[in-house]
Amino acid sequence: MKSFAEHTQQLKNYRLQLQPDPYQPVEEYFTCQVSNMGSVMLPLLNGWYVHKDSQLTIYPDGVIAGSLKAAMAQYPELVQASLKPLEDHKQDELTISNKEQFTDGIFLYVPDNVKVEKPFQIVSLVNSREDLLIQNRHLIHLGQNAELSIIQCDDSTKYGKTFLNIVTAITLNRQARLHYYKTENKEAESLLFNHLYVNQCAESFFHSNAITFNAGYVCNDIHVNLNEPFAEAQLYGLYLVDKTQQCENRIKVSHNCPDCKSFQLYKGIMDDEAEASFHGHVVVQPDAQRTNAFQTNRNILLTDKTKINTQPFLEIYADDVQCSHGATVGQLDDEALYYLRTRGIGERSARKLLMFAFANEICQHVDIQALKDRLSDMVQRRLNGELTICDQCMLHNADNGGLIFPIDPTKL
Amino acid sequence: MHHIPYLCSPKKHLMLKIENLHVSIKGREILKGVNLEVHAGEVHAIMGPNGTGKSTLASVIAGKEGYEVTEGNIYYKGKNLMDLSIEDRAREGIFIGFQYPVEIPGVSIANFMRTALNEIRQYRGLDPLNGAQFLKLMNEKKKVVELTEKLSNRSVNEGFSGGEKKRNEIFQMAMLEPTLSILDETDSGLDIDALRIVANGVNQLKNQDNATIVITHYQRLLDYIVPDVVHVLFDGKIVKTGPKELALELEKRGYDWIKEEYEQHKLS
Repeated sequence: MKSFAEHTQQLKNYRLQLQPDPYQPVEEYFTCQVSNMGSVMLPLLNGWYVHKDSQLTIYPDGVIAGSLKAAMAQYPELVQASLKPLEDHKQDELTISNKEQFTDGIFLYVPDNVKVEKPFQIVSLVNSREDLLIQNRHLIHLGQNAELSIIQCDDSTKYGKTFLNIVTAITLNRQARLHYYKTENKEAESLLFNHLYVNQCAESFFHSNAITFNAGYVCNDIHVNLNEPFAEAQLYGLYLVDKTQQCENRIKVSHNCPDCKSFQLYKGIMDDEAEASFHGHVVVQPDAQRTNAFQTNRNILLTDKTKINTQPFLEIYADDVQCSHGATVGQLDDEALYYLRTRGIGERSARKLLMFAFANEICQHVDIQALKDRLSDMVQRRLNGELTICDQCMLHNADNGGLIFPIDPTKL
Repeated sequence: MHHIPYLCSPKKHLMLKIENLHVSIKGREILKGVNLEVHAGEVHAIMGPNGTGKSTLASVIAGKEGYEVTEGNIYYKGKNLMDLSIEDRAREGIFIGFQYPVEIPGVSIANFMRTALNEIRQYRGLDPLNGAQFLKLMNEKKKVVELTEKLSNRSVNEGFSGGEKKRNEIFQMAMLEPTLSILDETDSGLDIDALRIVANGVNQLKNQDNATIVITHYQRLLDYIVPDVVHVLFDGKIVKTGPKELALELEKRGYDWIKEEYEQHKLS
C-alpha cells in the first residue's frame, strides 16, 4: 500500500473548483431510495452546497443547517465556537491544507435541548470530467442535551478522478447525543480522506459507524477528545474491499478526564489484492481514573495476497482503568460452519451466511431501522458480488456500466 | 444382545444400522466397536457416564471433521453415511440437536432456516418456498416449542439462555422434519419448565416414519420422552441394552454396577 504521505502528495495533481456550479436541481435527479427514513438532504456538488431556496435554513426550533460559507457570513460567532475541536487536536498536513483551501461544507447547529427527529443526510456528489480536488469542511455543533443523527454518503460518479479531503469538527456539549453514519462507495480511481475531530463534554454520547463498500483509497481518520466525566464514544467500522482497493482506519481516542467510556469495533473482509489497515490508539491521561476503553479489530482475509496491518494500541497513564484491545486476522468460525452444514446448508452458502454475519454485526449498531435494513441489504449484495455503488441512486443508475467487484467466498 | 426382537417389530423399516464402529480422535480410540440398529417409529435412549463416547457417536453420524472411522460402518436407509457430506446427510433427513448450539451473531433464525429448508428442498427436487409460505410454516412450527416472536427475530442462539437454545434446536427439528433425530444431551442446563416444553416438542414430532435417538446422562428427560429401547454406552461400547425400565434402574443405582459388570465380563 502506498503510504498516507504518498497519497497526500498527489493532491497537487487535482484541480480545486473555486466557484460553485450554476444551480442544478440536485434534489430532482438525486433522491436517496432508503424508504421510510425521511432524511433532510444536505447536498454538495463538486464541493459546494447546493439548494434551490437558500444557502442556510433556519428551522423553527432554532436548528441551523446548510452551507458553511453562508454560516460564516451570518453566524460568525457560532462558526468560531464550532472550530474548537480542530484547535485542540494535532493536525496532519491534509487538515492544514483543508484549512487553507476549503471551499464550502456543511454547517449544522442544534440549540440546547432540541432533539432533531429526522436525520440529516450529507451527500457529497462529484460530477466532473476533470480530476477534481474537493476540500470540504463540516462543522457540527450540538448544544446541551441536544440530539441529532447524521448520515454522510460519500459516493462518486464514474467521470474523472477525485481527491476528496473532508475535515469535520464536532462539538458535543453536556448530555448531547450524536449518531454519525457514513457510507463510502467509491470507485477505483478515487481518493477519500475523512478526518473527524470530536470534542465531548460531560455525559455526551458519540456514535460513529462507517461502512466502506468500495474504495479507491479511503482513509477514515477519527480523533476523539473525552474532555469531561461520563462522556462516551462508540466507534464502529466495516470495510469490504477487493481488487486493489485500499482502506485505512486511524483512530485516536483521548481519555482526558475520569469516568469516560470508549468502544471501538472495526471489521473487514478482504479479497484479491486489497489492503487495509487499522490503527487504534487510546490514550488514558494520568487523572483519567475509572476509564473503560475497549478496542477490537477483526479481519477475514480471502486470499494470501491481501494485506492487513492492524495496530490496536493502548497508552495508559492512570492506574484504575479497565482497558482491553485485540485484533484477529483469520478465517470463518469452523464450529459455526459445521452447525450450518448440519442443517443442510451447503458449504458455499454457509460461508456466505457467516461472512454476512461477520459483517452485519456492524450494521446491527445502526439505530435508524430503515437505514439498518438498507445497509444490511447492501452488505449482503456486496458479498454476493451484486452491489456496485449505491445502485438505487439515480445518479449512478443514469450511466453505470457496472463496477462489480465480487468477493468470492470460494476463496476462503 | 444388541437387537431385541420383542421390542422391535421386524416389519419396521430399518433406518440406522451401525456395525462394529471404531472411531479415533487424534489417534486416541473413543468408540471401540459400537453396534446399533434403529427402526422407523422408535425412540432410543443412549445413556452412560461422561466421557464414554456418547457425543462422539452423534458427531460421527453428523459427519464432523476430525473423527476418524478406523473400522466398521454406518448405514442410513441403506446408504453408507461415510460417502455423504455433512450437508447431504442433513438433506437425507438426519438432524443433530446439539448439546452446546453455537451462537451466530448477525444471522437471523428466519434467514438461517429459510436457507436450510430451501437447500434441502432443492436437493430433493422440490421448488423453494416463497416468503409467504415460509412464514406460514415458521409460525406453525414455532408453536411446537412455544417459541416467541421476539426469539425468532433474533440472531441464531445469540444471547439465548440454555433453555432458549434447546428450544431453538427443537424448533429447527420441527422445521426440517428429519427422519432421524439425534438429540445430544438436550436436557443439560434445562429447568423443569424448559424440559417439559422441549420434551413436548419432541413428542409432537414423533411419528411412525421417523426415529429419535436421545443421548442423555440422566433419567429425568426419559420421564417425558419415553424410549422404546435404552442402551448404556461405556468405554466406547454399548454394554447393556434393555427396555425403558433400565433407565429407572440406572437412576436408582448409578453407573457403578454397570462398570463392575463390564469389568467382570472382560475378566471372564
